[in-house]
Formats: sequence, structure tokens, C-alpha cells
Amino acid sequence: MLSISALHANAGDKPILKGISLTVNPGEVHAIMGPNGSGKSTLAQVIAGHPGYEVTGGSITYMNQDLLELDPEERAQQGVFLAFQYPVEIPGVTNAYFLRSAYNEIRKAKGEEEVDPMEFLDLMEKKLKLVDMDPAMLHRSVNAGFSGGEKKRNEILQMAVLEPKLAILDETDSGLDIDALRIVADGVNALKRPDNATIVVTHYQRLLNYIVPDFVHVLAGGKIVKSGGKELALELEQRGYEWVMDAA
Amino acid sequence: MGSSIETLVNREYQYGFVTEIEADTIAPGLNEDVIRLISSKKNEPEWLLDWRLKAFRRWQTMTEPHWPNVKYNPINYQAARYYSAPKSVKPLQSLDEVDPELLATYKKLGISLTEQKLLAGVAVDAIFDSVSVGTTMKDELAKHGVVFCSFTEAVHNYPELIQKYLGSVVPYSDNFFAALNSAVFSDGSFCYVPKGVRCPIELSTYFRINAAETGQFERTLIVADEGAYVSYLEGCTAPKRSTNQLHAAVVELVALDNAQIKYSTVQNWYAGDKDGVGGIYNFVTKRGKAHTNSKISWTQVETGSAITWKYPSVILQGDNSTGEFYSVALVNNKQQADTGTKMIHIGKNTKSTIISKGISAGEGQNSYRGRVQMLPKATGSRNYTQCDSMLIGNKCGAHTFPYIEIANDSSTTEHEASTSKIGEDQIFYCKARGLNAEHAISLIVSGFCREVFKELPMEFALEAQQLLGISLEGSVG
Ligand SMILES: Nc1ncnc2c1ncn2[C@@H]1O[C@H](COP(=O)(O)OP(=O)(O)OP(=O)(O)O)[C@@H](O)[C@H]1O
Ligand SMILES: [Mg+2]
Repeated sequence: MLSISALHANAGDKPILKGISLTVNPGEVHAIMGPNGSGKSTLAQVIAGHPGYEVTGGSITYMNQDLLELDPEERAQQGVFLAFQYPVEIPGVTNAYFLRSAYNEIRKAKGEEEVDPMEFLDLMEKKLKLVDMDPAMLHRSVNAGFSGGEKKRNEILQMAVLEPKLAILDETDSGLDIDALRIVADGVNALKRPDNATIVVTHYQRLLNYIVPDFVHVLAGGKIVKSGGKELALELEQRGYEWVMDAA
Repeated sequence: MGSSIETLVNREYQYGFVTEIEADTIAPGLNEDVIRLISSKKNEPEWLLDWRLKAFRRWQTMTEPHWPNVKYNPINYQAARYYSAPKSVKPLQSLDEVDPELLATYKKLGISLTEQKLLAGVAVDAIFDSVSVGTTMKDELAKHGVVFCSFTEAVHNYPELIQKYLGSVVPYSDNFFAALNSAVFSDGSFCYVPKGVRCPIELSTYFRINAAETGQFERTLIVADEGAYVSYLEGCTAPKRSTNQLHAAVVELVALDNAQIKYSTVQNWYAGDKDGVGGIYNFVTKRGKAHTNSKISWTQVETGSAITWKYPSVILQGDNSTGEFYSVALVNNKQQADTGTKMIHIGKNTKSTIISKGISAGEGQNSYRGRVQMLPKATGSRNYTQCDSMLIGNKCGAHTFPYIEIANDSSTTEHEASTSKIGEDQIFYCKARGLNAEHAISLIVSGFCREVFKELPMEFALEAQQLLGISLEGSVG
């Protein structure tokens, strides 16, 4: 589904990703861990197409096409979804309107009919339950004045509505209380299908008790320095990152 | 602004076409004979000609104001034409007599004047250059005693009302452009809502400039008698031309005791091209007088014109009266706007609210200028002002000039202001959810303007939102 090969990327003149290779197949869950500033969010943003990063080498293939050739909105329309580490506020635009616009754009791209506001509200009712969110949130401005945890939950709500093929969750667990963490993880698991895949970026093994990864990768200094199974996360939790980096 | 925000194809101004129509146009120039000629073309009574001439003499002693924060080449008032009317328009004609060519023009502008296809619940007065071509739904309005007609018609049919209220809110001596308008105004709309009547439909005037080198100088007068209510909307478009054209209108609102007037504007005059060639100079004086317990609300969405200079204001004359100003002003390319409001609190316990949203894109310059004045007797009065600016790109500008004068101890004002840049992050967030750049920008901007849009009559809120999207095209990529 996704194949990243020797990817290099800069922010301005500063090299941040320094040769990343990663293959994700349908049905898989990959966890990416690693120290602060190692490039995890950068990788996520580059996959989503953030214009602030320049790809200086390597390639990303997604569903048999060159992902880097696509505009960010085309990537989203073709099923790439990034749950932002820092979700953005859009004052004055209701969550419901924003979500419906996104949903309709993605439907249009698939050649499907747009849905009207009433149909959409029906759909939302189910999705809200999935993340246990108060329907009143739909009528508030996108992320504006949301608490940290509410913003994260809102990202998962969007994911539930847009039903991506490839979801990248960038520290969605940070800032969530224990209950919210379980709700979010349950939501992610409920959306899991044999033909979609998930990449979770996290600092905490705790999340991986709920969203069980098939692979765990350690990103350090812009490179993947170690990959393993879910046990690797436990080992990292106990021993920290230093040993992996030393070994690399 | 950075990598992606810069290049989208500029969509053409949709309303830039010219109607080929035989017109009765007078020679360029301005003097007393021209004023007499305009007045005689309209068969005006002597008192009105006198008033025009007084205004003209006053105007000659005045100088063009240069305090607004806008730059333009000097206007040659002798080079402009002050009257142009389609030959086919007869004075006081009925709608059935309207020239098909004119009907077609309005249809192209999205306005149907033929009765069977009327916009539900809206009465329209269509002003083409210097004259009104027709007013719809008059019969329906007459049932409620509401008068809605062209200014010319009102002068003939309701002379007492015109004599009583013309210049009562904006005297001809008020300012340079108001004096000019008073001297040469050609047509406009008049509305009178009798005591206790709630006007059941939206009233609207559609202004169209067509002729070249002709200025448009319309006058609108709306009187809501005691306890009456009316909601009025004006829309404006003009052809694309490489020369600048002057639009100097005057609008007067009178809300008598317990009355309410809601006045909305969607201004989309031709803005000039991306290099700033051509476009309308929109120099307008709009003011309302609010008597006891009455309320006047101005809502404006200003997206067109090369230069906009206007300050819809409220004189809060009566105790407990309310004035509101909700504004969205957008400048793109080389457009300049200096707009805002004046709230003059005279009565006790008067209240005013100002919400201004300025959006600047391209090399546009947007200034908010507002005056809140509370006179010594206006005790217990309150004002709330919120003034937000949004910048798109980094070649544009936003400026605010708030003036506040409080001359008593028991009144309060509150002023909030913010300036933000439309964020690359906001745009990317929208894109990451499948929205393209244009869609993202118009979503973000309409969110920014929401408090103002919600004040527009429902039928026009969506139109205004789309207009904003179109006006911004090309500003972002
Ligand atoms: N736009 C930018 N300009 C300059 N430096 C940047 C930019 N974006 C990221 N960086 C730098 O790149 C490095 C990687 O940042 P990134 O956000 O990818 O780290 P991360 O692994 O997600 O960290 P965290 O665990 O703290 O979220 C950091 O040193 C960061 O400061
Ligand atoms: Mg990060």
C-alpha cells in the first residue's frame, strides 16, 4: 500500500529526514517511536504533503502511484489521512460544516454523490458514538477553544467520517486521559479493516496495549534505526532509546 | 506568503459585460446648466431644482477630502458625464414596458424583473445608470401601504414626504461628495413604511452602471414611520472598463419612534484589473437617524470597487435607540478601502455595536475608520466595537483608525481589535482533509466573517459568501 524508500527531506535548508525506508501493507498497524525532534512528525507531514518540507531524495509510492506527485488534497481524496499532532483551529467554521465539506470532497473524488446536510447528520450520529463525543461539538468552530483532549478526539472523529485507507496518527494519545485513550483506541480498532492500514506515532507503549502494532520502528536522527515486533515497544519503555541509538 | 500561496488563475469579473443600448447621454461637464438640464429631464418641481442649485453652489466652495487612507489620481469633474439613461425608458413606465434588452441585462446579473419569475419575497427596484427601469411587486406592497418606488417617481407622487425628509439626515452641505450628489443625483429608490407596518417582504435595489464615462449618483431615502419595520438590500455591479468611474451615492434612513430599519449592501462594483487599471471609485455617504426606541442596522459586504470610501453611520437621536454596523470589506490586487462607521450618541441609554471584518489580499490596502461619540446628554450609553483584520499574503495592508470621544461619566465603550494572517497551517489542514486551496480559503474567510454574514437576509448570505470566494480567487495558490 505504502512504500517509502530512502526518503530525504528538508525544512528550509535543514535536513531532517535522512534516508527513511518503510513498507506498509494493507491490514497492518505500524508504530513509530523515537526521541523528541527525531523527525516523526516531519515524516507524517511529508506523507500528507505539507508544503513546508522539501523532499530532496527518495520516493513514496502509495497504491501504485507516486505519492509525491499528488497535491495534499488529492492524497486526502485518495485515502491518506493524517491526525495532526497539533490540530489547527478554524474560527467561525462549524465542525459539522467542515466535516461535511471534507466528506463531500472525498466522495466527489470517488465519483459519488454529495450528501446533503440532513443525510450527513444521520451519518454523524453513528460516528459521534464511536468516539463518545457530545453532538454539541458539531456546532462549535473547528477546534476553536477545544481542550487538548477534545482536539485529539475530534481528529479521530474526522478519521471515522472520512474512512481513510492509510491513517497516520501523530501522537493522538498525547494529552488524553486514561478513559479518552481507551475510547480513541477503540475507535481506531473499530475502523480497522483488512484493506486499510494505520501508522501510529507515539511516545507511550501504553497506547500500544490498546492498538496492537504489527511492527514497531524507532526513528532517531531522521533515520529508522531499529524495527521489530510489538515487544520492541516494551523494551524501549524499559530501556529508553539510548541503547538502540548506540547500536545503530 | 511562502511557497504555495500565490498563484491561482484569476477568474474574470462575472458582471463586466456592457449592454449595447441607445442612451440619452448629456455632454461631459458640470455647471448650473447641466443641473437645470438634469432637473428638466426629470420634470422636477421648482423646489427641487433650487435645492440642487444650492447644493451645487456649496459644492463649488468645497474641496475634495484627502484624509482617507487611499491614493488615486485627481478626478476631473468636468470630464465626467452626469446623466445617461436608456432611451427606451419612459418616465414612470410600468414593468410591462421595460425594454427586453434591459430585462436581459438584469437576467444576466441574476435578477428577474418579470413578475412570474420574481425572487420569492423580494421586491426589486432596478436602477440602470441614471434611471430606474422598474420596480417589482408594487401591488403586493401597496396592500400594506408600503411605498417602494424610484426616487423620481416619489418626487412626483409623494412630494410632501420627499420635501420633509430629503437632506434631513445628510444635508447637502455635509461633505464634498454629498454636495456633488445633491446637485446632480439622477435616481435612486424611495421607501416609506407607514406607522405600525411590518414590511412583509425584503426590499432591494439593484444598481447597475453601464454607460462609459458616466458617474452614478443615486439617492436612497428610507423612512420607517413609528413602530414600522423594513429590511432593505442593495446590490451593485458595473462593466469592466479601463477608465475609472465615479459612484457618489447618498443614502438617508429615518427610523421614527419604535421603528426598525435593517439595511444591507452587497457591493460588487468592478474593482479594476489586477494591475489596478479601471474600476469604480465608490465614494458614498450613508447615514441614519434613529429616534426614540428605534433601531438602525447597517450590514455591508464590500468586495468590489477600486476605491471604497464610506462610513454608514447612525445618529442615535432618541433615547434608548440602537445603532449597529456589521461590515465585511475585502480588498484584493490593488484595491483600496477606507471604510467604517460613525455612531453619534445623543439620546440617553443609547446603544451601538460595531463589528468590522477587513480582509486584505494581493496588494490591497484596507482601513477601518470609526468614530464613536457620546455627547454630554447621552448618559448611560454603551458601545461595543470589534475590529478584526485578516491578511492573505504579505504585500497587503490592514490599518485601523478608531476615534472615541465620551463626554459623560456614565457611558462606556469597549474596543477589541485583532489582526491575523491566514495561516499556511489552516490551509494545509483543510487540504489534508481533501479541500483544495480555493475551497480552503473561502471556508476560512467565511468563518472569519461569520458574525457579519449571519446578519444578512438569508437569501443573500450564501450569495455574499460565494462572492467573497470569487473575489479572493487569484490571491492564493
Ligand atoms: N519547519 C521547520 N523549520 C525548521 N525546523 C523544523 C521544521 N519542522 C521541523 N523542524 C525540526 O525538525 C526536527 C524534527 O521535528 P519533528 O517535529 O519531525 O520531530 P518529532 O519526532 O515529531 O518530535 P516530537 O516527538 O517532539 O513530536 C526538529 O529538530 C524540528 O525542530
Ligand atoms: Mg512530533
